[in-house]
Amino acid sequence: MRSIDDEKKIAIQTENVCRHYPMGETLIRAVDGISLQVQAGEFVALLGTSGSGKSSLLNLIAGLDRPTSGSVMVQGHNLAALSRDDLSKYRLRKVGMVFQSFNLIPSMTLLENVELPMRFAEVDRVKRNGLAEEALRRVGLSARLRHRPTELSGGEQQRASLARALINQPQLLLADEPTGNLDSRTGGEIMNFIREFNETMGMTVVMVTHERALAERYAERMVFLADGKLVDDQRNVAVAAGARREERS
Amino acid sequence: MKFYDSAELALRNLRESVLRNSLTTVGISVGVASLVAMLSLGIGLQQMAGRRLQKSGLFDTVVVTSRRDFRGFNRDQERNGPSAAESPALDEAARLKMERLTNVAEAYPDIRLITELRYEGKQHLTMVAGLPFSAKSNDAFDGMAGSFFSSDMASEVVLQKSFAEELLDRTPKTGEDDVKVSELGSALVGKELTMRYAQRTAPENAGSDQTGAAYSVISRELRLKIAGICDLDPDSMRGQARARVFLPLKLAESLHMMQSSNMRDTSEAVSGVPTYSNVSVRVSSPKYVQQVEDAIRKMGFNTFSIIDATRSMRQFFAVLDLFLGIFGSLALAVASIGIVNTLVMAILERRREIGIMKALGASDSDVKGLFFAEAGAMGILGGFLGVALGWIIGHVINFGTNIYLKRQQFPPENIWSVPWWLVGGAIAFAIVVSLLSGLYPASRAARLDPVQALRYE
Repeated sequence: MRSIDDEKKIAIQTENVCRHYPMGETLIRAVDGISLQVQAGEFVALLGTSGSGKSSLLNLIAGLDRPTSGSVMVQGHNLAALSRDDLSKYRLRKVGMVFQSFNLIPSMTLLENVELPMRFAEVDRVKRNGLAEEALRRVGLSARLRHRPTELSGGEQQRASLARALINQPQLLLADEPTGNLDSRTGGEIMNFIREFNETMGMTVVMVTHERALAERYAERMVFLADGKLVDDQRNVAVAAGARREERS
Repeated sequence: MKFYDSAELALRNLRESVLRNSLTTVGISVGVASLVAMLSLGIGLQQMAGRRLQKSGLFDTVVVTSRRDFRGFNRDQERNGPSAAESPALDEAARLKMERLTNVAEAYPDIRLITELRYEGKQHLTMVAGLPFSAKSNDAFDGMAGSFFSSDMASEVVLQKSFAEELLDRTPKTGEDDVKVSELGSALVGKELTMRYAQRTAPENAGSDQTGAAYSVISRELRLKIAGICDLDPDSMRGQARARVFLPLKLAESLHMMQSSNMRDTSEAVSGVPTYSNVSVRVSSPKYVQQVEDAIRKMGFNTFSIIDATRSMRQFFAVLDLFLGIFGSLALAVASIGIVNTLVMAILERRREIGIMKALGASDSDVKGLFFAEAGAMGILGGFLGVALGWIIGHVINFGTNIYLKRQQFPPENIWSVPWWLVGGAIAFAIVVSLLSGLYPASRAARLDPVQALRYE
């Protein structure tokens, strides 16, 4: 039995969570009874082949989708029990998301893209402008504030996407193949940013990837999925907190 | 999301598909323009008819007669009122009493006599009547040659066209074209004619045995300048007794001309005070005619008016406006389908964008608000453009109509009226219709599943 202190440290807890949906006459079991605990501040990689259910599980944790059965608890809140409105508030305040295809809105400048979540949070115009500029400066894009996403490289777009994910200071960063569309050097830059946010801000990171090498290099823990089930859960000894600090020094 | 932010994002989105959204907005503006055009026409025609009725003097006038002379227009009034002998005389005191009634603009006696007029040595016999100065605005004087009397006491006359023709011996025979009033005017205005009349004067040595009216009659002549010639008949309400020569009423009163009622006074021996054959009571607005008529009947007089004409006119125009409004709204209904189509297309195009917004924390109401703001913005813009377009169309039609009227030798008319309430109402209606059109697309966008939307390429 876990102590109260342990309970506090648990950021995400799924209990026999399932996400099934019918396709024609067959039932697709995208997520099929996964029970998982993620500690606050942990960097977890979800690994598996295409169709293994890793993105579906990430969507359940992000509150973008609802489980067919089982529960997803994030910081003590059962997401399945939240109303649509509360779920959108959860996504706004608690979660930052980064996608493989960046998902910046092409008609907006970088500054406007980063500002967007703050518009939904009804942050004052002047304040959000300053915060968005600061976030973009932090990812090295202070010279690109007025550029549109199509005028930027993939790496720059993903950095802007990171700045947007972090603008409302969420406790949870969910990344779906964040380096999937980038070359290895640019991908490395992005991963360094994610690791930096994880360490300096104490943010819990759950990253979906199919690249084992990437997970081994950055994640503290690797969870393997296949056919919607959890098949392996490994602690990455090579990337223990101390070892990572050594690597940096 | 704050309203201002929704509006800003909506305008940005509208700018992104500028051609499609412009076409939709033009659709709304055409709808609003047709609504404004139709209703403005209805309102303009109603105002024109109202002006005509008001100016004709037919609908705001009550003609009062005394029961004593058995010239009542209504058998019912005669049966239910006091008997002729008991009823009051229609004299100056009665006229003043009527003038003091509420909603009465003026009460003036009818001075009317058949008399002889001489022009260039030739004698003419016709009915002459006094006309109050307030009759100047009567539409019978629209398009007249010359002018109305210069004052209420001026020694001037206004001739009815048929009498002017008679003076010039130009009365058209059957089948001949009418003589233009301007031609008659150029020949007659400024010229003088002489009116012969019988003046009634009080005797200098009235004896104490005289119980009734007593006076002397002296034949007199008066030179009168022809001020103008009117095409229409300002006295049409009088039927057979209508005059063809008009004097200023005050002048006519001051002449103490002998009229047929004076003879009756003498024979009936009521009093020494002369009476009027009838008094015209002008009411401040046609809607008070009934009320004034009732009050005068209570005084014991017979009355006559053309009531209910304005009420049925208002009813007719209410129905006309309703139908014009419905036809005008049809174009707006078609435009609203355009809005639904545009916004549904926008949802398909921006499906992924909606998914991104939801992933970033946008609530259903944020997404709904965004599409509502887009529909509303198109409505506002379309509404303003439509009103402007409707206003321009109206002026063009008015301009064209007036050219046509001028060619047909009619006075110009304003058949077009865009009141402020119509401007505001049309814009508000356009916004409401746009928002209603946005209802379905907005709720459809809000219901989008973010996972599906994010997968959409």
